Amino acid sequence: MDFKLSDEQRMLEETVGRLVRDGYPFDVREKARTSELGYSAEMWQQFAELGLLGVPFSEDFGGFNGGGPELMVVAEGFGRGLVLEPYLATVVLSGTLINSLGSDAQKEKLISAIVGGELRLALAAYEPEGRYDHTHVTATAEKSGDGYSLTGNKAVVLHGDSADQLVVIARTGGKGTDRDGLSAFIVDANADGVSRRGYETIDGLRAAEITFNNAAAELLGEEGKAIDALEASLALGIVALCAEATGAMEVACDQTLAYIKERQQFGVAIGKFQALQHRMVEMRMELEKARSMTIFAACSLDAPAQVCAKRLAAAKAIIGKSGRKVAEEAIQLHGGMGMMEETAVAHYAKRIVLIDHQLGDLGYHMQQLERLLDVDDDAA
Amino acid sequence: MDINFTPEELAFRDEVRSFLDAKLPKDIASKVKNGQHLSKEDSVRWQKILNEQGWMALHWPKEHGGTGWSPIEKHIFEEECAEYGAPGVLPFGVNMVAPVIIKFGTEEQKQKYLPSILNSDVWWCQGYSEPGAGSDLAGLKTKAVREGDHYVVTGQKTWTTLGQHADWIFCLVRTDPSAKKQEGISFLLIDMKTPGITVRPLITLDGEHEVNEVFFDEVKVPVENLVGEENKGWTCAKYLLTFERTGIAGVGQSKAALKHLKEVARKVQQNGKPLIEDPLFRNRLADVEMELMALEMTNLRTVAAAQAGGVPGAESSFLKIMGTELRQEITDLFRRAAGPYAQPFLPESFEADYDGEPVGPEFANTVSTKYFNMRKLSIFGGSNEIQKNIIAKMILGL
Repeated sequence: MDFKLSDEQRMLEETVGRLVRDGYPFDVREKARTSELGYSAEMWQQFAELGLLGVPFSEDFGGFNGGGPELMVVAEGFGRGLVLEPYLATVVLSGTLINSLGSDAQKEKLISAIVGGELRLALAAYEPEGRYDHTHVTATAEKSGDGYSLTGNKAVVLHGDSADQLVVIARTGGKGTDRDGLSAFIVDANADGVSRRGYETIDGLRAAEITFNNAAAELLGEEGKAIDALEASLALGIVALCAEATGAMEVACDQTLAYIKERQQFGVAIGKFQALQHRMVEMRMELEKARSMTIFAACSLDAPAQVCAKRLAAAKAIIGKSGRKVAEEAIQLHGGMGMMEETAVAHYAKRIVLIDHQLGDLGYHMQQLERLLDVDDDAA
Repeated sequence: MDINFTPEELAFRDEVRSFLDAKLPKDIASKVKNGQHLSKEDSVRWQKILNEQGWMALHWPKEHGGTGWSPIEKHIFEEECAEYGAPGVLPFGVNMVAPVIIKFGTEEQKQKYLPSILNSDVWWCQGYSEPGAGSDLAGLKTKAVREGDHYVVTGQKTWTTLGQHADWIFCLVRTDPSAKKQEGISFLLIDMKTPGITVRPLITLDGEHEVNEVFFDEVKVPVENLVGEENKGWTCAKYLLTFERTGIAGVGQSKAALKHLKEVARKVQQNGKPLIEDPLFRNRLADVEMELMALEMTNLRTVAAAQAGGVPGAESSFLKIMGTELRQEITDLFRRAAGPYAQPFLPESFEADYDGEPVGPEFANTVSTKYFNMRKLSIFGGSNEIQKNIIAKMILGL
């Protein structure tokens, strides 16, 4: 048992840490957030130059060959800076799915382009009626010429508005929530038959509702057999989201602590009041739990399938529960200032809360945990 | 980064398991699992078995007969003991007064007291709290006046756990009433057979006799029973309070309790189905399960930090709060699992030799007393509010 980062992981942590410290002050982020694109294309190129876009991919494509702990380190750093760029959408969700399913030729073309910063992707999996169930897929694809023709609607596709290409989950067989018959496709985001309605999310990111109407699609992997690879990518996504939340929660706690030490009322710093001290302690306790579960999730991806699923569900559920407490308390302890758009902590609070709405919320993951309650598991 | 035990750590765990398989008396484990009363003889019998194995003193240095184990090994041992239903070692001698004697005592004191603690021949209790000194421990008033080669001790201690069995008590006493609160306190060892000591039982809300009041009426204590310097007892007290607290999270106890709770919930029927399939109950079980995972990982992070040479300080306050709240939550679920049968109070059934008919399901007889008894967890050892004060001051700098 060893919780220390390896030398390589520590270097990765320092790289991301420096980038966020130097390149991501709040005013710079605000400028990028309110730009048309919603993030900084220059920053994305910097990610490429620093090798961050290759973290989960093999060295053959210029990657880092990283697993859960490496993604954790990157995402936690991004969480500290409230990074806006489409890393989760492009690298973690879409990129790893292509990496699992794609042919050598597809990987050579697409993964290399991701790593080089030339290709931005989005994963179009969830549907308007399916809430957090990734097996609820009504979009369908049929063979058409050399490729496929894809039809259906996809909901709140993270960074789907600016993606160059989309990785889309559609049915080639089965119905309802069948696990068999789900296939993954690459679709050009600007192709005929693709219409996108992009928008800003409450936490300052971008997403899109996407409609496919006989859009030309290229199959990834074997027809009807995408479910395992999809779930592996979603698992990585959960690790990344847990870590991002932990990074953001850490900053929310730090900023709140600094604020209550500085803010004077009744002639003293409000941090002198025991009622506030205990609430601050509780925030830190939630942060420690979140950090513990993030590590647990990141180190569990190679565990037996049901054990891994159980731990990831527990991790994301704890993040949802603890995150809400930290976000609400951060606003409360900042008083009126916590309500202001100009206050950084408000943006941290929004991102932390919204992370609970991505890849399954507290309720969804508690249901998964209830389903897996009898899975025997020794933590270490 | 690797959350799995190393092959060496797994081998150590196997060694502990083999020992527990072979040496833990079945009658004692059964009492622990069923929440029945342990006698003084049960505790002493188990502790002597541990001592024969050389595994009694987890936190002592090796030269005094300690295990010399690393933090991870201690953690593994405590987890396995809880899993097997071994009684917790009574801390007052081996984990409380002994480390103070080892750190601050004279050579004579070490020779006089340590061997009998190691072999559980002498039963110790703790004389800290007083009616007017609980969380504000330094407000204690029991006074010790030096007269020749004796101190004369007068005052009252309270919440003295298992003091009814004790041979000796370690006490914080006021030796300089004119000094500032913390500065006039001394650490004194007192033979419970000394004339002038009276022990009175305190019955707690669950009907148990676990704690006592101890009265001192001009009790003569030889000066060689002073540990450390006169008026420097607060240093000993603080050392003891922050001393190695690897087990404070109670992860092993909570895991064993949750496992038992699930077994019970599979058997109890509600609306024609096992209770474990009831959506509300299952949801609360899932909540406990995930909180327990978070606690276990947080505990392991602290253990690993100690392993790497860090000194667990105020972090153990986090573990105390999280761990006690979780254990209390599990007792609440047991109570709910029993349903209406949480009501009957049959204290005679807590004895292992009880051969009467249970009222309702067998597990139900102890759930309510246990629930009320476990309220103590968030009060003793520094209440959870005091732990928050400690974190606020030591970690947050507030």
